[in-house]
Amino acid sequence: MNLHRPRQTVRAAGPLAVAAALALAGCGAGATTPDSATPGEGTIVVGITADPTQTLPWTVTSKQAIQVLSQVYSTLLDTGENAEPVAGLAELPTVSEDGLTYTFTLTDGVTFTDGSALDSKDVKHTFDLILDPDSKATSASYFGSVESVEAPDPQTVVVTLEQPDASFPSGLTGVNTAIVPADVDPSTLEKTPVGSGPYAWEKRTPNQSITLSRNDSYFKGKPGAAELEFRVIPDEQAMVSALRTGSIDVTVFDNPITARTAATGDVESTPVDSLSYHVLQLRAASPVLEDVNSRLAIQCAISRQEIIDSAALGAGAVTGPITSPEYRSDPAAQPCPEQDFAKAKEYLAKAGTPDGFTLKLMTSQGLYSTAVDEAQAIQAQLAEVGIEVEVQSLDSSAYVDRWLAGDFDAAIALNGGSADPNTMYARYFTSGGSFNKVAGYSSDTLDTLFAEGVATTDAAERATVYQQISAELVDNAAWVWLFTPKLFLVADSAVQDLEPRTDASLTGLWKASIG
Amino acid sequence: MTSLRTAFSHPLPRRVGEAAITLLGVSLLTFVVLRVVPGDQITAAYGIAAGELSPEQIRSLQAYYGIDQPLPVQYLGWLGGVLTGNLGISANSGLTVAALTAQALPNTIELAVLAIVVGLLLGVPGGMLAASRPGRARDGATQLGSLVALSVPSFLLATAVATFLANQLGWYPNGEGYRTLLEDPWLNLQQMLLPATVLGISIASPVLQTTRAAILGIRAEDYVRTARAKGVPPRRLQVRHILRNALIPVVTMTGLQFGFLLSGALVAEQIFAIPGIGRQVLLGLNQQEYAVVQSTVLVIAAIFVLVNLLTDLVYRLVDPRVRVR
Repeated sequence: MNLHRPRQTVRAAGPLAVAAALALAGCGAGATTPDSATPGEGTIVVGITADPTQTLPWTVTSKQAIQVLSQVYSTLLDTGENAEPVAGLAELPTVSEDGLTYTFTLTDGVTFTDGSALDSKDVKHTFDLILDPDSKATSASYFGSVESVEAPDPQTVVVTLEQPDASFPSGLTGVNTAIVPADVDPSTLEKTPVGSGPYAWEKRTPNQSITLSRNDSYFKGKPGAAELEFRVIPDEQAMVSALRTGSIDVTVFDNPITARTAATGDVESTPVDSLSYHVLQLRAASPVLEDVNSRLAIQCAISRQEIIDSAALGAGAVTGPITSPEYRSDPAAQPCPEQDFAKAKEYLAKAGTPDGFTLKLMTSQGLYSTAVDEAQAIQAQLAEVGIEVEVQSLDSSAYVDRWLAGDFDAAIALNGGSADPNTMYARYFTSGGSFNKVAGYSSDTLDTLFAEGVATTDAAERATVYQQISAELVDNAAWVWLFTPKLFLVADSAVQDLEPRTDASLTGLWKASIG
Repeated sequence: MTSLRTAFSHPLPRRVGEAAITLLGVSLLTFVVLRVVPGDQITAAYGIAAGELSPEQIRSLQAYYGIDQPLPVQYLGWLGGVLTGNLGISANSGLTVAALTAQALPNTIELAVLAIVVGLLLGVPGGMLAASRPGRARDGATQLGSLVALSVPSFLLATAVATFLANQLGWYPNGEGYRTLLEDPWLNLQQMLLPATVLGISIASPVLQTTRAAILGIRAEDYVRTARAKGVPPRRLQVRHILRNALIPVVTMTGLQFGFLLSGALVAEQIFAIPGIGRQVLLGLNQQEYAVVQSTVLVIAAIFVLVNLLTDLVYRLVDPRVRVR
């Protein structure tokens, strides 16, 4: 599953805002019954299904590694309620008139867990590492417009861009841009991470667990538990058993059924929103989907709600292209907001294929639990208007290979979202984007709009631009956007002050304590 | 030359030679199969983010993972390492495969031994019981039981039993985090109880069938009739003359099952969170860590071959007829 959505998981690392929190405010944060035990002591055990092997922040892609490293490292910026960047290790930057110079002032007195001070040379060191091709940083794409990083004095960092890039600050909130100490060699960090996060690395037993201990000098306050253990329990059913018997305290499920079975007795499940989105990717570049009317016919024949109800068991919300909270697309603003077979037939006739056509649809069982069910639901719906769907269910490696190569007509995908709409889609829908071959659609209008959006710093102006982009995408049925899923933060009631964050990010876990 | 041929005509060196060729074949097959599978270590580690790596980054990663070399060079490099005792390293975790194996293998061996014990404790008496009155109700019931045990998939049985115990009794020692036999013998044995029982049940069935068939076969032998005619007490006849001989095929079966358990314990390891060798292979496969998979599969194959070799030797000890070939 991680194979398919590293971006989303990368985003999950950032202290993303609690879009869900508004809706869930009444549900509290999982913990309601304070026990008599002294808060602040004890160990919180977090269950994870795979061993997080990646330990260098800038290379991190797996969900589990992000969960662990976000406890050990801090980022230059964090995110607020609406996923917008807010102060982290540094205050929000001052930006020059031309939008090219970002000046960051670091919080005073922050130290790494080895006792050394965190200052501007560490930030410069980290960013230079990310920019160096040899360090194989997954975060390098956030730094695409960076020209230089300077550290004029210990508290000040100046980043100069080659061209204005309004999405740059949001990139600094992910754990793959977290600050590492300049005087510790990466090969040492790989074995023993040293950060300035709420917990310090204690020990790791491969395939079994990672233990962290409280960082008493954490710059945001005193973390809630004396120890944090990430324990590997590979099987979801076993995870449920471990939760129910109290062996583990917190975990995240993406499968609504598993979450429901787990939530009994002292175990509570809190659904949280996700920025990622389920989508039917169409490649306009392939002959069968070349005609916009063929693509619109598909959009009209699909009932998104029915897919949520059947494939995802109701755990999701219909979505348009942009899921970033501040720029969210109106899901109803598209040529066919609801299923409309008559209109689908009209489009088919306009495309010159009144009796439908045959579409090859690629999916994979190995990526996430509902992928094949979604493909089958779409197959059944499109059959109603004569579009015959051949579902190709591939192994996850084969799927990723063909996906990256753009070697498909249509694909079921769960793509990662972002707080910044440019980060979300410029790589797919600009003609020079790294994933444009995968997206299979671009136009001069989109190129112009994306360039405008990233060069504009005014929030209201930006929002207008991305609304236009969103409309352009659905009017041309570049893809058919289906729904955003729910994730489930599941915890024992002894855990207090556990914050349900978007994408079930554990960046707020440091506040939680166990009674 | 003649001396070499003589040496290899002797069963033991010949068996060792065959074993070496088998292992070479296994290593080559693993190597090829891993490369045929779509994707590589880069797509496995980075997923779709691999599409955003620059060409320099990809070149650097290929060199890092050692996949920039031609395939024969990769194979010979790895094989050379293995022959000099270097099993390679897991690029993602930075640990050597030898260290990972040293940690995982004892857990799997412990699990396999316990499962064999459970399998023998259920299978041998079951087989004796079934053979005592062939064709009668007792035989039918035992055989039906063994058929059911064989038919229930171990992942289903494992999940069902674990879920039941956790829900009804609040007992699920495997959630506590794995402890080795040396660290915490009491917790370790509790953690091994369910997986060993589940695996034991699945191997009890073939053991039972083998025991039953062997006892029935031997009971019809002339020497048993002779012994009975000589007035050997029934108990002594059962144990000394029949069971002892009947155990020969059971030993072979057990040896094979042990080899199977080394890799086949994967499901139980996964469900019961036992950090064993099967999970190491699975993790290696998921991350396309070639060195991890190749070396671990080779270790498993080597143990399999070794166990078979030992079984042969044990055979020679218990059955004089096999000594001359």
